[in-house]
Amino acid sequence: MDLSTLDRFTLNNLLVIMLRIRLFEEALFRAFMTEKMPGTMHQTTGQEAIAAGISQVLQSGDVMTSTHRGHGHAIAKGVSLNQMMAEMYARTTGVSAGMGGSMHMFDLDRGFLGTTGVVGAGLPIAVGAALALKLDGKANIAVAFFGEGAANQGAVHEALNMAAVWKLPVLFVCENNHYAVSTGFERSFAIERVAERAPGYGMPGLTVDGNDVLAVYTAADQAVTRARNGEGPYFLECITYRHKGHSRFEPASYRSKDELETWLKKDPIERYKQLLASEGIFSDEELQGIGEKVRDEIQQALEYAHHSPLVEAGPALALAFRKPVGER
Amino acid sequence: MTGVRTLNMSQAINEALREEMARDAKVIILGEDVGQFGGAFQVTKKLLDEFGAERVRDTPLSEAAIIGCAVGAALMGYRPVAEIQYSDFVACGFDQLVNQAAKIHLMSGGKACVPMVVRLPIGAREHGAQHDQSPEAWFMHTPGLKVVIPSTPYDAKGLLKTAIRDPNPVVFCEHKVLYGTQSVGGRGLPDQAVDSIDPGYQVPEEDYQIPFGQASIKRNGKDLTIVATALMVQRALRAAEVLAAEGIEVEVFDPRTLVPFDQEALIASIQKTHRLLIVTEETLTASSSAEIAAIVAQDAFDWLDAPIVRLGTPDIPLPFAPTIQEAIIPNVERILFTARDLVEKRI
Repeated sequence: MDLSTLDRFTLNNLLVIMLRIRLFEEALFRAFMTEKMPGTMHQTTGQEAIAAGISQVLQSGDVMTSTHRGHGHAIAKGVSLNQMMAEMYARTTGVSAGMGGSMHMFDLDRGFLGTTGVVGAGLPIAVGAALALKLDGKANIAVAFFGEGAANQGAVHEALNMAAVWKLPVLFVCENNHYAVSTGFERSFAIERVAERAPGYGMPGLTVDGNDVLAVYTAADQAVTRARNGEGPYFLECITYRHKGHSRFEPASYRSKDELETWLKKDPIERYKQLLASEGIFSDEELQGIGEKVRDEIQQALEYAHHSPLVEAGPALALAFRKPVGER
Repeated sequence: MTGVRTLNMSQAINEALREEMARDAKVIILGEDVGQFGGAFQVTKKLLDEFGAERVRDTPLSEAAIIGCAVGAALMGYRPVAEIQYSDFVACGFDQLVNQAAKIHLMSGGKACVPMVVRLPIGAREHGAQHDQSPEAWFMHTPGLKVVIPSTPYDAKGLLKTAIRDPNPVVFCEHKVLYGTQSVGGRGLPDQAVDSIDPGYQVPEEDYQIPFGQASIKRNGKDLTIVATALMVQRALRAAEVLAAEGIEVEVFDPRTLVPFDQEALIASIQKTHRLLIVTEETLTASSSAEIAAIVAQDAFDWLDAPIVRLGTPDIPLPFAPTIQEAIIPNVERILFTARDLVEKRI
């Protein structure tokens, strides 16, 4: 790829976002190992290029729905690391005031319509958000992330069809990491690529190397241009691999060592850093500096979380409903 | 009162939708056949002509996408009203309603809200086990959903306006027999409940709202409280008429909203009558009547002179056969003899 067509600012952002995601989750993993971090998490380690690549084609006012493996999406959408970390620690300063945890992070101010604990559930919601954007006459789009496992959910089928019928501005991003918990791709699909289904809905589908952040970025750029022009939704499948198990300490013993080794060599961050260095975009010192800066951000987020108060039951009891205006 | 007409419930709901759509451009309608067709029960009739296809949206046959789309639009500031053709079909979109819509407010720490209404035609009409259910208790058991169940056109109009303006997801249960319309291509309804003399069918043209959590005493009495919902309110009123001639004064208590529930008003009624009969069309186990009985047993036990009695449909998937439906769904006769037994201390 010819890097000269890309500005240094974007190239930098792609790296910074991938590093934030990687280091944020590494900090979480340590916290689960060494402290009593509550709840659970699903690491996106190895898949960071997808969220990062998409993030650089988004504009203010665009919205996003995420998955159970959603820290990366939230970070890519600009949700505060401090607030995300506080949420993981169940603190009142969390992005969902400590009421959601890893799988229920919402930040409407930043157009982040939530991680979700139900696989595939984000897609119909993204369709509704895109309908709202269209009715408002905005040129904004909705991005819906989902895994290849989710692609077999009925709600996903319904959402893809509805978006296509109504020509809604949705970018559907399928993160194909080959495994739905333990069940491998070939045991759930009778086709080679999930994107093969897209034409059946009447929308274009493209499969790209999801570990190549520039490939994701370039493909996403085309896809969103189409959506912003009112030409309807787009299906982008990104082939990737999760380095870790499904959740927390799940050992992923259903995968061969060879397979894992092969994919570790395709680590999207290392690949991108090597490219940036070999093309002379950033020097080794500059790359190191970027890493240090992100490390500081994560450290700061940990301190922010630790210094925030724990949530209490009292306020939760009043949160099932929003109080209507004028009601006491 | 000027501009008062006799409307059936279908017309009253249609009017509420029309007025709310005219008042607030953010109100949109989603559902199967809600546009040109006017809805399976004609509830959205002619709204397409007035508000256009962008706001009155015929959807693919996709309940998860209908409800999920409403959730997404609601998060973006719209106030969608989703019609599910028959309440039974809400099962196809259950996740979006009970796991997404209901929980987002709490899960977001109160930062996001989901102002949407899901309209569910409920109740038996000789269509069988997948078209005749009264599933309101499914939603009572899901914190984060408000559950509304009107028994008259007047209440339906005022309650739907409140539902549309509420910042939370509201499940709005509409009994198909009370619509007073027949489904397109269908025959007349087996139990024509439209009664132009009933004040509940007198609906003013003006804008009015009925607050949630405020029960309606449909008839005052001192000997027995009958709590009833939807079509059973009409049957309880007919039974009360007969019982009055026998010297038994029945209070007919319509909660109108199951969530929130007007506990205070019910306890006040029990303090007056000391007897409680609960009549709903639901199958009995874990129904709304079970919850209401539990409330009274716990908080008004000392005021009761007799056991709480519930009437409902037995716990079977409901067959379509008229002979069976007539035999097992609570009717005026069963209300009558149960009420007499209660008042005359045979229970």
